[in-house]
Amino acid sequence: MAFELNGKTYETDEEGYLANLSDWDNDVAAYMAKEDDCDLDENHWEVINFLREYYDEYQIAPAVRVLTKAIGKKLGKDKGNSKYLYELFPYGPAKQACKYAGLPKPTGCV
Amino acid sequence: MSEAKKFMYINRHAPCGTVYGVEGLEVVLISAAFEQDICMAFIGDGVFQLKQNQDTADTGMKNFSPAYRALGDYEVNRLYVEHESLEERGLTEDDLMPLTWEDEDDDWAEKPSIYIVDRAQLSDLIEEQDIILNF
Repeated sequence: MAFELNGKTYETDEEGYLANLSDWDNDVAAYMAKEDDCDLDENHWEVINFLREYYDEYQIAPAVRVLTKAIGKKLGKDKGNSKYLYELFPYGPAKQACKYAGLPKPTGCV
Repeated sequence: MSEAKKFMYINRHAPCGTVYGVEGLEVVLISAAFEQDICMAFIGDGVFQLKQNQDTADTGMKNFSPAYRALGDYEVNRLYVEHESLEERGLTEDDLMPLTWEDEDDDWAEKPSIYIVDRAQLSDLIEEQDIILNF
């Protein structure tokens, strides 16, 4: 599958995850979110940027349990909990946020 | 919930050249979500999986070894490396990635995940497991 944005074609897998990590930029994230009727605010970006950094360091997209714990450690307990993250990303924080971050579907996500 | 089973994932292959390593690691990360009692063992060429400063650029394969450092976050924090296998390959513990995990119950203290064990100790550990999977 693929979509077009600003005259460029982006390859994705059958679930809409970006095929090439290096294709990613802020516009791609905003476009993908828009398709899901989701407007990205600074709290969304905080999680998206966190995931990009995590992938850069560990070469994997974290499972939701691991994401929740790691966010709690970095951004504080009021953000490192499922309620906060599910409010931001109702389709599942790891799944949905990883998609907007241009990462593959999280390992351990069924 | 039924009681957690003891799982051991045994790595027997070097990281590149086959997909055993990367596939095995993926299965470990997936199964970690099911809150089982998981450990890993590295024997034979499997000890190369944990070698530090891996560079796969010339192989055309992704360097997945940084993902081993995420295991602590997945609460997989017992990685047994067979002493004899290291020695036979001219390696010591210093050649391995320094893998650690953070103990939530001990004020997030960083603790080592790698245990160097000899062949006899590893054999006892294998004996204790409910389920053993080889990669």
